[in-house]
Amino acid sequence: MVAEIIKPENIAYAKSKVLTDAPMHYCPGCSHGTVHKILAEVIEDLGIQDKTIGITPVGCAVLLYSYLDIDWVEAAHGRAPAVATGIKRANPDMHVLAYQGDGDLAAIGTGEIIHACNRGENITVIFINNGIYGMTGGQMAPTTLVGMKTATTPQGRQVDINGYPFKVSEIMAQLPGTSYVTRQAVHTPGAVRQAKKALKKAVEKAYAGKGTSFVEFVATCSSGWKLSPTEANRWMTENMLPFYPLGDLKDN
Amino acid sequence: MSELRLMKGNEVIAEAAIRCGCDAYFGYPITPQSEVMETLMELRPWETTGMVALQAESEVASINMVYGAASTGKRAMTSSSSPGISLMAEGLSYLAGAELPCLVVNVSRGGPGLGTIQPSQADYFMATKGGGHGDFHLIVLAPSSVQEMHDFVFLAFDLAFKYRNPAMILADGVIGQMMEKVKLLDPRPRRTREEVLRDTGSWAATGKSNRPRNIITSVELDPAKHEKFNQKLQVKYAEMREKEVRYEELLCDDAEYLIAAYGISARIGQKAVELLRAEGVKVGLFRPITLYPFPTVQVAARAKQLKGILCVELSAGQMIEDVRLSVGSSLPVAHFGRNGGVIHSPNEVVEAMRQVFEF
Amino acid sequence: MAKIRGAIVVDTEKCKGCEVCVVSCPFGVIALAQEVNGKGYRYAYMHQPDACTGCISCALVCPDSVITVYKVKIAAAASE
Repeated sequence: MVAEIIKPENIAYAKSKVLTDAPMHYCPGCSHGTVHKILAEVIEDLGIQDKTIGITPVGCAVLLYSYLDIDWVEAAHGRAPAVATGIKRANPDMHVLAYQGDGDLAAIGTGEIIHACNRGENITVIFINNGIYGMTGGQMAPTTLVGMKTATTPQGRQVDINGYPFKVSEIMAQLPGTSYVTRQAVHTPGAVRQAKKALKKAVEKAYAGKGTSFVEFVATCSSGWKLSPTEANRWMTENMLPFYPLGDLKDN
Repeated sequence: MSELRLMKGNEVIAEAAIRCGCDAYFGYPITPQSEVMETLMELRPWETTGMVALQAESEVASINMVYGAASTGKRAMTSSSSPGISLMAEGLSYLAGAELPCLVVNVSRGGPGLGTIQPSQADYFMATKGGGHGDFHLIVLAPSSVQEMHDFVFLAFDLAFKYRNPAMILADGVIGQMMEKVKLLDPRPRRTREEVLRDTGSWAATGKSNRPRNIITSVELDPAKHEKFNQKLQVKYAEMREKEVRYEELLCDDAEYLIAAYGISARIGQKAVELLRAEGVKVGLFRPITLYPFPTVQVAARAKQLKGILCVELSAGQMIEDVRLSVGSSLPVAHFGRNGGVIHSPNEVVEAMRQVFEF
Repeated sequence: MAKIRGAIVVDTEKCKGCEVCVVSCPFGVIALAQEVNGKGYRYAYMHQPDACTGCISCALVCPDSVITVYKVKIAAAASE
């Protein structure tokens, strides 16, 4: 019976043609892969593969350029919004997207992201917030929750020492240059559907010159959190989402 | 038809950028070079050639905007002064590592630290020995006149694209601030998209269509591959050393002594040569124009007839190391220079020559 | 009445056995194999193939895009 179903004419879902065949280097269950997938699908759906220039960050997604079949520019740590600005200003007809994690965007690159958003650069920014530095071994990020254990807060983040977790999207939504700010996740099929819709809208708006689109993904880091991928999704739902609630923060 | 004008060194950088078909300038204000961006904003090239000029939030952002525009095969540039160039060190390393052509102008001032806004030549090491992490070199051009500020913008972009390597114009506060007569070259149009694709389509991120995707990056996790890449860079630098050395000699044919100096110090050195010649001392001036690649072979060739070389720099002695590497221990090589923003006079250089070489 | 039948094909060599698809399947179709792939991961497979409706939930959440989903409408008579 199964053999009769598995025929090319019956395909209900296949991976996007914008995704390459390279196996992803991420840990099992990592949200990066799911976000890459919907990004590829959005680019394919909008037919802008030849019009898109992506900027990869420093962090776990440093090798993102291996996975999406578009032109890429690898930026220094935190500088993706400035690199994106340079590309977009010199090539106003292109769709430019910057992909960054929370260490990259919210710590070392705070200046670049705030000013790019405040200038209203017509770029799409994808921001992966898993509350931890994944690549360097699970240290505290600006977005690490209070009490959350990391390699550099082994007793849990304490506000008197480490300050407070940083709500980036709330700040970006206040800047006049952003036109669309949303917070999404990819932990359930429903969330993935919703996130893809939001990402598509973000890309369309930025490409249409409406200002900066800023899409945060609350994400997991099972290795950094020391949980299994499914436990990490549960932990995210119970701990991250109450502090970083999903939904649109701004849609002009 | 070329045009004659009286202009400030910093202003002419802006004028030359527009005329040479530059696509984008990104910068941040810092003394003594702020007139570069001010002039661009006054001239509004986006309304004429389509060149972008944008004031960034920092030097860090400026150099990364340059990195972005350069990644797409565009002619991109920035300008700054010493402390700002320090902030760009990371970006310069990434530009060199990703083999991106661009122009960075350093109208240098005295350091270290916040230092002074007065002129200096103490950024020679930073400019020629890398100025960032990793084994890399910038192409470094040292203008000693406002005319050369103009000409070297054209030359720097040509060399940068020829070698896919960042180029720097290492000027100083004097050259940036002084006014001189300049012959402006005829405007060269910005390249069309077709021309950009023709010239840089094999590597630039111009949008993937009908070709494998282009990736601009400097990361390579496989040590064997990364070593190969580094070797490739070194081959490129060797080719520059072979083909791109530029220098000027003045009254060197019968010289027994040499003043070696670049930029504003070469102008001062020229006067010192005249004063010494009037006294009957056989002295010539050697002016490196490319600081990287340094005219090593040419200095060494000239040294054979000499009794000594005085390196005159607005620093504690930086270029002197390249001169010493060129001539070895074959003859005395000494340093003279004021620093911290103080500028030596021709008479001070003459006095230094007398003291060092005891004539 | 027509019945929807589905099936999935897992690229077992690229599957990392993260189990996200397993918990996302509304019908308990998927499980991890006892065997491992070349990388040592227990990969996802259709443990209860008859229960699959081709709803694509598993493919949506798969971080490695290793699941292709097939779906077909089957007439009631033919399915008996």
